[in-house]
Amino acid sequence: MTAAPTQPAPSKLDWRDQIFEVFQDHDIKQVYHVPDAGHGRLIEACQKTNSMRTLALTTEEEGIPLAAGAWLGGQRSVLLMQSSGVGNTINLMGMPKTLRFPFLTLITMRGDWGEFNSWQYPMGQGTPKVLEAMGVLLYSVETADEVKATVDAAARSAFNGGQAVAVLLRQKLIGIKNFGKK
Amino acid sequence: MSPNKSGATLQRRPLVKQLLENAGDDLLVIAGLGSSNWDITAAGDRPLNMPLWGSMGAPVGMGLGLAMAQPTKRVLVITGDGDMLMSLGSLATVATQMPENLAIVVLDNEKFGETGNQATHTSPRNNGPTDSGAGTDLAMIARGCGIADATTVRESGEVAELVKDVRTKKGPVFRLVKVMVEKLEFVMPPQDGAHLKDRFRQALLGHP
Ligand SMILES: Cc1ncc(C[n+]2csc(CCOP(=O)(O)OP(=O)(O)O)c2C)c(N)n1
Repeated sequence: MTAAPTQPAPSKLDWRDQIFEVFQDHDIKQVYHVPDAGHGRLIEACQKTNSMRTLALTTEEEGIPLAAGAWLGGQRSVLLMQSSGVGNTINLMGMPKTLRFPFLTLITMRGDWGEFNSWQYPMGQGTPKVLEAMGVLLYSVETADEVKATVDAAARSAFNGGQAVAVLLRQKLIGIKNFGKK
Repeated sequence: MSPNKSGATLQRRPLVKQLLENAGDDLLVIAGLGSSNWDITAAGDRPLNMPLWGSMGAPVGMGLGLAMAQPTKRVLVITGDGDMLMSLGSLATVATQMPENLAIVVLDNEKFGETGNQATHTSPRNNGPTDSGAGTDLAMIARGCGIADATTVRESGEVAELVKDVRTKKGPVFRLVKVMVEKLEFVMPPQDGAHLKDRFRQALLGHP
């Protein structure tokens, strides 16, 4: 990936399918997830392709050593989780800094914008602060037309720039009413 | 040497040395923090060793990510019972993928060795006020997670087969090895994580 960053042309695809395209463009081989309804369609697309291994985790924390191992072996990966999962990862979220390896995670936000479930607020509101405290770069998307460019930039910062990067897919983007649907 | 109420007789250092004997370019080793790190280093530091100095609970996940990325190499994870207890779920995740090239060896001294030999859950019940656990059986847990080839090794007569299984048997292979509580010399590898990662990739991939 040596090409200069370009603004990808606007796409008619659903934004989740656009993320899948970015994964393919960046040669991502391993996809880890604890499912979130907001990631459902993307997870399914990853499961269906032969070019990626898609793993369900028992806890989001597993995704970080998995990413480290994949990188040791020469493969790129991504961790998909919801904001509550970030709280499960904190100590191991230090690994990308300690080992200095590229790390990319996409986080569907809850407890963020019109959330109905009060249990989601503490970790949802804590998510950006926790990630910042662990030295993870934050990118945030609120509108569908910014998704592709943002995830692409995040992947470049991670895999070309060697950073740990999180993309927060804000609740405003995901849509409060859409939970449970694809 | 501390008393070993569990009756373990195997010593971890010579055992790990045997596990890593004649390790070549096709053996990729990850060791958990604490004693396992010092054990693999005592057997001879090498670029294709990834000894952890922290990240408790990480070795099995790391081994799985690596095993999937490098299906033609043998990946060996060596770690302690305390470390394994922190990431039991990762055994279930291994079982979802069934990597044929992954072996996991847990050196079970029934103690959090590094932090002062407090009893872990694998320690027997009713072993005295400061030494009681739950008799947790990590091999049974591994089998319950879906790793069918998960057994326990206790005797020196079983070590030759252990070495063969760990190095060559179709995986995933899980071996719980009951080892003595010992006070051993700290044999330390480089500590810098980025350096350890870069030298590993250089040796494996030809670039950092
Ligand atoms: C998250 C976390 N909790 C606690 C510790 C402190 N700690 C360091 S080593 C260790 C025990 C390791 O025990 P085990 O894996 O059984 O190793 P051994 O007995 O072989 O030394 C603990 C609890 C830590 N490093 N990280």
